[in-house]
Amino acid sequence: MKIFTNLREWIDYRLPVFTFIDRELTKYPTPKNLNYLWNFGSLAGITLMVMIISGIFLAMHYDPAADKAFDSVEYIMRNVNYGWFMRYLHANGASMFFIVVYIHMFRGLYYGSYKAPRELLWMLGVVILILMMATAFMGYVLPWGQMSYWGATVITNLFSVFPFGDAIVEWLWGGFSVDSPTLNRFFVLHYLFPFLIIAVVGLHLIALHQHGSNNPVGIECKEPTDKIPFHPYYTVKDLFGLGVFALIWSYFIFFNPNFFGEPDNYIPANPLVTPPHIVPEWYFLPFYAILRSIPNKLFGVIAMFGAVLVLFFLPWLDRSKVRSATFRPIFKWVFWTFVVDCLILGYVGGHSPDYIYEATGISNQFLGQITTFYYFSFFFIMLPLLGMYEKPLPLPASISQVKHPKKRKRFFVLFFLSSLSPLLGNDTPSLSYQTWSFQGPFGTFDRKDLQQGFQIYKEVCAACHGLKHLRFRDLAALGYTPEEIKAIAAEYKIATVNDEGDAIERPALPTDTFPGPYKNEQAARAANNGALPPDLSLITKARVGGPDYVYALLTEYESAPPKDVEVAKGMHYNPVFPGGQIAMIPPLIDGLVTYDNGEKPSLNQMAKDVVTFLAWTAEPELETRKSMGYKVLIYFLVFTILMYFVMKLIWRRVK
Amino acid sequence: MTKTSSENALKKDPTRRDFLLLTAGAVGTVGAAYFAWPFIDSMNPAADILAQSTVDVDLAPIPEGQAITVVWRGKPIFVRHRTAAEIQEAEKTPLSDLIDPEPDKERVKKDHTPWLIVVGICTHLGCIPTGNTPTQNRGKYGGWLCPCHGSLYDTSGRVRRGPAPLNLVIPPYTFLTDTTIRIGMGEGEA
Repeated sequence: MKIFTNLREWIDYRLPVFTFIDRELTKYPTPKNLNYLWNFGSLAGITLMVMIISGIFLAMHYDPAADKAFDSVEYIMRNVNYGWFMRYLHANGASMFFIVVYIHMFRGLYYGSYKAPRELLWMLGVVILILMMATAFMGYVLPWGQMSYWGATVITNLFSVFPFGDAIVEWLWGGFSVDSPTLNRFFVLHYLFPFLIIAVVGLHLIALHQHGSNNPVGIECKEPTDKIPFHPYYTVKDLFGLGVFALIWSYFIFFNPNFFGEPDNYIPANPLVTPPHIVPEWYFLPFYAILRSIPNKLFGVIAMFGAVLVLFFLPWLDRSKVRSATFRPIFKWVFWTFVVDCLILGYVGGHSPDYIYEATGISNQFLGQITTFYYFSFFFIMLPLLGMYEKPLPLPASISQVKHPKKRKRFFVLFFLSSLSPLLGNDTPSLSYQTWSFQGPFGTFDRKDLQQGFQIYKEVCAACHGLKHLRFRDLAALGYTPEEIKAIAAEYKIATVNDEGDAIERPALPTDTFPGPYKNEQAARAANNGALPPDLSLITKARVGGPDYVYALLTEYESAPPKDVEVAKGMHYNPVFPGGQIAMIPPLIDGLVTYDNGEKPSLNQMAKDVVTFLAWTAEPELETRKSMGYKVLIYFLVFTILMYFVMKLIWRRVK
Repeated sequence: MTKTSSENALKKDPTRRDFLLLTAGAVGTVGAAYFAWPFIDSMNPAADILAQSTVDVDLAPIPEGQAITVVWRGKPIFVRHRTAAEIQEAEKTPLSDLIDPEPDKERVKKDHTPWLIVVGICTHLGCIPTGNTPTQNRGKYGGWLCPCHGSLYDTSGRVRRGPAPLNLVIPPYTFLTDTTIRIGMGEGEA
């Protein structure tokens, strides 16, 4: 042991890392009265590290070229070992990061953590927020789906309002529209920015440690007994918080991985078609609402950027000398109104401006304008005036003299839950919901449905629709033997070149992907009256309503359209399809195929089978994902409970 | 720092406290290790790369005395049609002359002795030896010659002069018919 002590001293004398760790992590004196809201700083740091690690490993497989990006993401999902885990960890991680950081910021706002001498600490935090927003935006572009592409187009076009705007936008794009050069540079910057964030986080921590953490009472610690060493008290408390956080994050990764995503982003980017509802990710919705509520392009953009930049001036806009809202009776209410205002802005941002609220008769546009006005008046009117006229409650002499009412904690739990509210109430079409074998946390694919569904795909759908992300050998999951798979593959032909250089066709091998039914897009359109039959590999993920939508589409054709609908030539009436007119003929009729087991295939049975099969092609990892999810949830449950008891044990010493 | 009687009470019961702390530490460590595994494993060959494991080769067009190179798992495979003289030469070489002693009959399939199938990568540091096309130098022993550090291989693909330490590797393969082989699938595997 002595040799280690000597080595430690030898190193420390030359490079004082051990002294540094001891002073800044172990002994670092921290107020003893920090509540759970102070956990979110360390959670943000941990999330940043997890995002960087998962991002680095994803980048090893991702291909940032316009014609490869979408497919390479699907390649990660289907072929790379644990690829689906890394991608869902990373994609949901972005949402988790913003939830954590927004709570961290509202905590700072409530307890006045930005006031002297912590102004620079706050401002560095705002820099981190801006870098995070840029990183998240560019990261969302990388999967190169429809939302990626059109999000990138809209956001980059914001810069066109500035002088020489068109030149700036072309410079950002590296062309005359969002394309491969844009994607490539966004990938590079998306990889670079997190390291800039680490650097600013370093400065943020230096600024923090200069004067130490603020605390819920908001007065400086005067007695030595007001502070306790960071380790083990706050390390164990942070570990407990991490356990709870990991449970929530894991739930989304393993059981609801596309909750925060948009189905449209599973449609490959198409520069010629904008999706009908284009919305940014939920964490940008309040700012998006501010942009849209101002009917002038220039002022809309200025207001949106202003909504973030105003945070830099917060330490000077708030004139009150009292930090904690606990002792500011009016500010407390103004603060909560502001929180609610931000949530409403998020809701407004997620809906079309023309949307009318039945109960009040006001339009979404108008609601956005009121809430935008309140957002800015909070900073420019309320905060300065309150500083002058509000009469704060008497401050206690030391932090030990205050006992906190339990009520506030409940408020924050409510706030945390309601922060997810913008996600609810999307305008989903009314579909009749079916019972699926694979739904719910325990659901698995019914193998009989899968095989019959594959038969229907092969005999009916495959005439027009491809399955390009699927390989023949993947069919092993349906219960086929290697010989059966070989025989199935041999029924398909793959175009290739022989030794003489002539184009020939060879039978497909199990390692090949399903060849499409048409040589190219032009041939597909020419054969289908100008319509392009979509690839079905991801169809249940790429449509709002998922399997229920596809099922309804297949079963709810109406041979006689309503009187007021004029069905165009070559089109068919289907009320489920957006617009009601679809080029696809009703594909399924009773008794169209012959099942091996002699079962009579009704239309509904066939639709159910083929949708089950397509749900599998969209999420072949579903069963592995759920079973791994249970192990992870159980692990984190044990971890959290253990950390809770260790925390109680250690904190017993603090009076 | 407030050290109180409750801590003293704790000290009286060290077993329970130690157990809790050790368990928590162990659970945390195991969890961290498990968290690392998906990332490490993601760098292993992906499912589709593992699946591309066999190549079928038609031997009929290869004349006696010549060889072709096919690609299997990204590596060159030398498929050589040996002459009677070359086979005899390989069979009569005494094992005592070899750096990595191995009789010729263990390096080819029974009844298919003209066909030598080896991974065309020098066992020294991974260069591709010359000698697989008629115009290339086959070296003193009539097999292959590595251009990087001068290792020599004989007509059985065995190393005869260093620095290579081992004979050229025989990949798993099977004769499907007398003139077709499947590389990547061993004898008896379906």
